[in-house]
Amino acid sequence: MTLAPPSSRVQLTDDGKLRHFLSLEHLSRPLLEDILDTAAGFVDVGGRAIKKVPLLRGKTVVNLFFESSTRTRSTFELAAKRLSADVLTLDIAKSATSKGETLLDTLRNLEAMAADMFVVRHQDSGAPFFIAEQVTPRVAVINAGDGRHAHPTQAMLDMYTIRHYKGGFEGLKVAIVGDILHSRVARSQIHALNILGAEEVRVIAPRTLLPADADALGATVFTDMVQGIEDVDVVIMLRLQKERMDSALLPSEGEFFRLYGLTNEKLCHAKPDAIVMHPGPINRGVEIASEVADGPRSVILNQVTFGIAVRMAVMSMAISGQESLAAAQAAREESGHGH
Amino acid sequence: MDTKANLLIRKGRVIDPASGRDDVADLLVEEGRLVRVGASLDAPGAEIMEAEGLWVIPGLVDSCVHLSLPGEGPWTGDVASECRAAAGGGITHMAVQPDCGPVDSTAVVRLIREQAGQANFARALPVAALTQGLAGEHLAEMQTLAQAGCIAVGQAGASVASSLTLKRCLEYAATFDLLVLFRPEDASLTAGGCAHDGAVAARLGLPGIPAVAESVALSRDLLLVEATGVRAHFQQISSRHSLTLIREAKRRGLPVTADVSIHHLLLDESALEGFDSRCHVLPPLRTVEDRQALLDAVADGTLDAICSKHQPLGSFSKAAPFPSTRPGISGLDTLLPLVLKLVQDGALPLHRALDAVTSAPARCLGIPAGQLETGRMANLAVVAPDEQRVMNERWLSRGRNSPWLDAVLPGSVRRTLCNGEVSWLAE
Repeated sequence: MTLAPPSSRVQLTDDGKLRHFLSLEHLSRPLLEDILDTAAGFVDVGGRAIKKVPLLRGKTVVNLFFESSTRTRSTFELAAKRLSADVLTLDIAKSATSKGETLLDTLRNLEAMAADMFVVRHQDSGAPFFIAEQVTPRVAVINAGDGRHAHPTQAMLDMYTIRHYKGGFEGLKVAIVGDILHSRVARSQIHALNILGAEEVRVIAPRTLLPADADALGATVFTDMVQGIEDVDVVIMLRLQKERMDSALLPSEGEFFRLYGLTNEKLCHAKPDAIVMHPGPINRGVEIASEVADGPRSVILNQVTFGIAVRMAVMSMAISGQESLAAAQAAREESGHGH
Repeated sequence: MDTKANLLIRKGRVIDPASGRDDVADLLVEEGRLVRVGASLDAPGAEIMEAEGLWVIPGLVDSCVHLSLPGEGPWTGDVASECRAAAGGGITHMAVQPDCGPVDSTAVVRLIREQAGQANFARALPVAALTQGLAGEHLAEMQTLAQAGCIAVGQAGASVASSLTLKRCLEYAATFDLLVLFRPEDASLTAGGCAHDGAVAARLGLPGIPAVAESVALSRDLLLVEATGVRAHFQQISSRHSLTLIREAKRRGLPVTADVSIHHLLLDESALEGFDSRCHVLPPLRTVEDRQALLDAVADGTLDAICSKHQPLGSFSKAAPFPSTRPGISGLDTLLPLVLKLVQDGALPLHRALDAVTSAPARCLGIPAGQLETGRMANLAVVAPDEQRVMNERWLSRGRNSPWLDAVLPGSVRRTLCNGEVSWLAE
């Protein structure tokens, strides 16, 4: 028997339902489409007078942010509240000396408060996997960004945005531009696009911002921006962090912008109806020109709106998966086979 | 009380890679000394051990073991506790790396020897620090430390960033013909990394350690070895390109030997899938091609020895997200079983594999061990080579940080003799 890949084993129930949401790698196309369809049902909740649905009523969601974030934390908090959950948000400064102990101790304490879901952002790749393995069963773990590894809800809201504007993924060419090396968003986007059937995924960056064996990511690698965005349907720009300039990865913001910054001139090489995306917050004049960020092809603000719906979808599906797992366990115990 | 063994081991398969001996024979130990190996020996009054179907091999020599003194981190296994694990694994001699203490004073050297002596299971041979406090800045009192009982000098993986300082260290060591142990690593290329800089790290988003971090440092180290004429042993070689450099150095006649850790011969970067922190080691597990090249290099002798790179860690050390866990595998319990597994899988020929954990590391370290030599105190292990056992069921190290804890592996040590005394006897 072939074992399922580690990421699937941890995050799916035996019958393929979402239990945790940690990474998109190895998830199925129907499951991702299900997330997008479920999100579609939540998009209009934000426009109602009473912006709430009762799906997580009586549930406790704990946002565990070991790494600071405003946008992601706010949208997760709003998503949980719109699902009627009780929400606790913790910004946990990571101890430099006893990292493992702090994390485990924190988890044990929160478990004692009977949480139903942890939304985790952590600076270490793999932290949500570790947490999912450590927490008691019936607690769902949602990855809100781990190290350089994954940011699956961001990728899914990007997929929602692409589907919204392009109608689907068949035949699509998508370019992801910028700091691929450090980007958890890019890694998750590549998985999502490949699973959902995009024709071609490209990454565009100088060698210093590409991982070794970048081909293993599942994308075509370009170091020339113009060649890379030639004829694409979607251009996704990544945020470039200023500290990259200090660590000898790039010579200057100016040169980076000249070579890899998205301007209207460069955008001419993409398809005429290409859309421009960015996970935010944007650095105007570093990775993207203002005229493009605010231009007619930019869908950046819509990404944020869709983000709440997508997070509501993922949270409700994970809680539902956990509940079906608990029901199955209870049934087993009743029939005398449980342990 | 005299505890030296009087023992006749009968009809075992005696395998001694150093002499090329491999036959069924009796082996007689009198007052701890190996006195004869031959057919149908007689020894009135001696204990008889029937060894039909078993192997009698030299006690294993482990060229790289990290231990701690009681109360001193970061390892949980201290000298005494881990000596017992060594004996249970058929190991009679182990080179204790200088991050124990660190080994930069005669007091620490004495402490290590005392604790090993009191435990009386295996010989713990301290390696002295090359620089004070392993800080890479000032020369340690290496000759004094050698006279106190250190077998070599080294940095235990802490690199000496300044080439000038390293050159002076090597010149000083060469003055006294001291062996220098190197773990080649360019710290500036390694910084912040926790996995091989390749396809798996790219996908998992783990900060990478490129293979050139090793070969860049190795190139510098080899050039300085050549310039100073010091005797050198390179530890835990992990990449293909490094092998080219070592082959070339040996071909040119440099006084150079090298080892590889057993886990680099069995695992590659794919072991990290699912963020398995048990496989977080330094140097990192590299590619399938690197692993095969390392096996080939052991087979052809480019890599002289196989070590355990034993790092017994506390349970909390691996209980964190992968990048925050401590690197290291507890390896004393598994060194021999894993070597036998490589033989069983056809990855290494038997005699070469056993040579790589007995006489070859002894030769690299310049110690009289690793062979069945009559007239000397007996250092040997009696092994049931085909016996498969669940490692967990007789795990002796205090460090339980191993990907093989629950594995079923071949080889069970029935009895170990260290310096003529029984140091391990299976129930």
